[in-house]
Amino acid sequence: MSLNRKYVPVLVTLGLFAVMFAAGSFRYDGFFSMQVLYNLLIDNAFLLITAVGMTFVILSGGIDLSVGSVIALTTMVSASLVEQHGWPPAVVIPMVLIMGSLFGALMGAIIHYFRIQPFIVTLAGMFLARGLCYVISIDTITITDSFFTKVAQTKVRMPGGFVSINVIIALVVVLAAVFLAHYTRFGRRVYAIGGSEQSSLLMGLPVARSKILVYTLSGFCSALAGVVFTFYMLSGYGLHAMGLELDTIAAVVIGGTLLTGGVGYIAGTFLGVLIQGVIQTIISFEGTLSSWWTKIVIGLLLFVFILFQRVLSERRITVKS
Amino acid sequence: MASKLVRHHLFWPLCVLAALLLFNLIYSPDFFSLVVRNGNLYGSLIDILNFGAPLILVSIGMTLVIATGGIDLSVGSIVAISGAMACLTISKSSDQSSLVLVVGAVLASVGLSVVLGLWNGALVSAARIQPIIATLILMVAGRGIAQLITSGQIITVSSDSYEYIGAGSLAALPFSIFIVAAVLIVASLLTRRTALGLFIESVGNNAKASRLAGLRSNTVILSVYVFCGLCAGIAGLILSSNVSSADGNNAGLWYELDAILAVVIGGTSLNGGRFYLMGTVIGALIIQTLTTTIYTIGVPPEITLVVKAFVVLAVCLIQSESFRKAIVIRWRKRNYPAEQEVARHVS
Amino acid sequence: MADPSPILKMTGITKRFPGVTALSNVDFRLFPGEVHALLGENGAGKSTLIKVLTGVYSIDEGSVSIEDRPVAIASPLEAQKAGISTVYQEVNLCPNLSVAENIYIGREPRKLGRILWRQMNRDAELLLKERLHLSIDVTLPLQSYSVAIQQLVAIARALSISAKVLILDEPTSSLDQNEVKQLFAVMRKLKSEGLAILFVTHFLDQVYEMSDRLTVLRNGEREGEYMAAELSRFELVLKMIGKDLKLLEELPKLPSEFKKQAGNKMISASGLGRRGAIQPFDLDILKGEVVGLAGLLGSGRTEIARLIFGADRPDEGKLTVGATGATVKSPRSAIEQRIAFCSENRKTEGIIDDLTVRENIILALQASRGWFRPISRKKQDEIAERYIQMLNINPKNSEHLIKNLSGGNQQKVLLARWLLTEPELLILDEPTRGIDVGAKAEIQKLVLSLAKQGMAVLFISSEMEEVIRVSDRVAVLRDRSKVTELGGDQINQQQIMQAMAGG
Repeated sequence: MSLNRKYVPVLVTLGLFAVMFAAGSFRYDGFFSMQVLYNLLIDNAFLLITAVGMTFVILSGGIDLSVGSVIALTTMVSASLVEQHGWPPAVVIPMVLIMGSLFGALMGAIIHYFRIQPFIVTLAGMFLARGLCYVISIDTITITDSFFTKVAQTKVRMPGGFVSINVIIALVVVLAAVFLAHYTRFGRRVYAIGGSEQSSLLMGLPVARSKILVYTLSGFCSALAGVVFTFYMLSGYGLHAMGLELDTIAAVVIGGTLLTGGVGYIAGTFLGVLIQGVIQTIISFEGTLSSWWTKIVIGLLLFVFILFQRVLSERRITVKS
Repeated sequence: MASKLVRHHLFWPLCVLAALLLFNLIYSPDFFSLVVRNGNLYGSLIDILNFGAPLILVSIGMTLVIATGGIDLSVGSIVAISGAMACLTISKSSDQSSLVLVVGAVLASVGLSVVLGLWNGALVSAARIQPIIATLILMVAGRGIAQLITSGQIITVSSDSYEYIGAGSLAALPFSIFIVAAVLIVASLLTRRTALGLFIESVGNNAKASRLAGLRSNTVILSVYVFCGLCAGIAGLILSSNVSSADGNNAGLWYELDAILAVVIGGTSLNGGRFYLMGTVIGALIIQTLTTTIYTIGVPPEITLVVKAFVVLAVCLIQSESFRKAIVIRWRKRNYPAEQEVARHVS
Repeated sequence: MADPSPILKMTGITKRFPGVTALSNVDFRLFPGEVHALLGENGAGKSTLIKVLTGVYSIDEGSVSIEDRPVAIASPLEAQKAGISTVYQEVNLCPNLSVAENIYIGREPRKLGRILWRQMNRDAELLLKERLHLSIDVTLPLQSYSVAIQQLVAIARALSISAKVLILDEPTSSLDQNEVKQLFAVMRKLKSEGLAILFVTHFLDQVYEMSDRLTVLRNGEREGEYMAAELSRFELVLKMIGKDLKLLEELPKLPSEFKKQAGNKMISASGLGRRGAIQPFDLDILKGEVVGLAGLLGSGRTEIARLIFGADRPDEGKLTVGATGATVKSPRSAIEQRIAFCSENRKTEGIIDDLTVRENIILALQASRGWFRPISRKKQDEIAERYIQMLNINPKNSEHLIKNLSGGNQQKVLLARWLLTEPELLILDEPTRGIDVGAKAEIQKLVLSLAKQGMAVLFISSEMEEVIRVSDRVAVLRDRSKVTELGGDQINQQQIMQAMAGG
């Protein structure tokens, strides 16, 4: 009926974000400022990048559980090569990005050619990447390299505050992803496959290539998020980004992307990440509330959104028949 | 005869377990030795059983869920919640060893776990949400709830009665082994002595045909999630009682993954259908032995993850029809990719 | 009227699957500017032929040529490139994408790799308006439109690929009257533009309304190619079912064993109907009576069975059971009312693949007893043994997995499953399909003896002799509605076929 129907979930997310931010602003002094908004981005830049990759995977009807581990592995490899082996960052960074992409491509190929559920394959990927971290070292490797520290400390002035270089990277990724999702054939194929894989096949779309590419993209995003995380933490550690896959999936779902694939927007994911950030910020401003409330609230939001999606899709079916 | 032996569903899991044990025996010859101290048996084998108990329990519940074609990602969180709940109840009392108190705490935990299982089951059966998505909710929120219960601290208790569950011994053996045995027997009786097992396999194998045969699939699905929650709850009690403390953050971490792995190693297909409780138990023992082995040979324990990754992949590849076909027949050069795809949907 | 040279020619096509030859030495031609109907009963090879043509299946023998150039089609993409486009019944498009995208996906207009949405939407609007007379908002997702419009969008996609051959695979089966008219208008227009259209449908009225030429397939072979104007409906039905007109006349009328029904009504349906499945119908089945349903594939036979068993929900009408007047809400409640249903889809709706013969047999009985009153293993073995003997199920081992049995034996296991529940009404949907002659006779005999013991049977089969042999009464269906009911001496091939062909 109305043209906006398909934007409903994203609009709901936007409204939710606005309400939360407004509530925080009324309740706490110093909440309503540009810098608080910027901090949301600064603290969640890596989550944003990972979530962008995950959005593509979920849009295609799959799931990627390996993202957190790939981030940890990236921090570990970067830290080890730069600190312990003295490699220049200009070589290390491209190398870890390629490594992450290949890792994703391999998982995608196994998923597609052997028809094993993405859940299981990426679970194996998650174990593998996490385990490989410990093969390198069990301890934290602190980074003192001048390039990394310089990037980490650089503040980019913005109206009303500042952001880090990480934020710039993340925003570039988001913009690139919007273009990729909506203005390229690859992006549209991802939507098509998520809508109906069999139809895509019968319409003559290259399903195999697209599916493998989706996981490659997610691997790349995770590796890039790993690099950003390295800037953020200035260390490599096997326990970095524990459980991040859940936060990422939650952000994507809260952003209005259908877990069954085919429907969703990068912009929604962006808002989903911001909502998680706002929850954390409110809880830290509140002081008396503890961090675990974040998880409970996110779980609650997940529940509401999943049920909401369920009702929407049910309505669609009744409209159709 | 020999081929029949090889085709038995326990053959390969048992071989792997035997190989692992053999490796340990070669590596440290006193691996199999048992000593009696203070009237209790000690030794690596006992340790494997004792430390593996929570995982075996969770895996038993998971087996039934997977047999219906579902999955339960929230078991790790339920493990944490259950332990936290019991420890909280006990720690608030002045006489922590009181038997009445401990029984009450245990009942409260178990009851809570059942409620959580009910929640998962309702989402899957009544609201018809995909299992992996439905249980994801509790997987995320559950950790928060566990930390809420413990207030983010590690609650320690000093209760002899409570400690008995996970660290006590009965007839020279760890008590937890008896709990596992009891649950296993109950599960076997429930599924093999009543018609529940048949119904579970039927629903998991072909839900449509089961409906036409007059099965109440919703009740079946609901009950397996409840049972799975119950198993996870008991596992949480053992785990927390063993260390006399509850850690909302780390207790039962990654149990869901280990449990799924154990089920798959045990021969139950992730697509649902036939399930093998004994296979699952052996699968869980393999995982536990693997962990122990890695400790013994002095590699950092975290490397277990790498090994697990390959085990998951290997088991799934063996179960994958496409993979088997690819090995048996060479790929046709100009194969018709749509043929198998469409044939699968049509037939 | 036809151009003398066909645009598409398939010669000597043979396709084998493990255990079956789906197509053997089939010739097929399509002419530009013609609608060509492909007809045949279940298992005749229609869908296999289409899948071969669209590159989904490989060909074992034979050749395909388009405009006299031999082509090898190894994927749907190659079929598209060769100018062959297909619109399937269950619209194979992506419901989540916009109308315009569904038309152009994979071929979107681009500039420097960027999709030009405006141009694409404009093109789509123009295409739909000019060639299909359809004005809709092309930016909305496909799922916001009716199936009829989705089908037109699928056709638009085919046209935009500059198709020479358009395959419509049962396009009308989920459309209502007006929507069918709309579709036919489009088909006529496309035909006049010189497109060759391959039209598959179960509706005889539509065959004669639309097609110029028809090809009949039977048992994977080509029965013949005819001009529609030269073949009467009655002859067509004969050819599809595989009867010679002469032979039919010579066939002695079977001695009708019409039994006077003393029994009461087992079920009574009045005005029962479901949109898109079956027009409202009345049907009574008495105790001890065998009622046959005759009709071509897709005429609504299975739909009636499913409504009676509660597998589908009716939109209108009432179904009452026995004297109690109870209604049926679900398969479970049907079973409680002692109704049993053997589905025609053995694989997907009947057997539980990975379970043994024994478990498959006891499943329905156990389901009605619930969890806590399990049938003891000893009893199960006895039951399985008894039915294996009684129905002559092979191999005679109740512990075999049912998926390893032949089709006929699987069917007998399903029969056993339902007989065990001691039903008062047994619905058999194509119980003898794909079964060898001996087993067929056994099942027919069984049906008759069950009826003699007072069971009511609803018997559905594509094979007319079978329906005639077992039925006390025959309800005839055509194009999704019940057209007549025949009893006594009226039950003969001539009368049934005439009712089936209609018009």
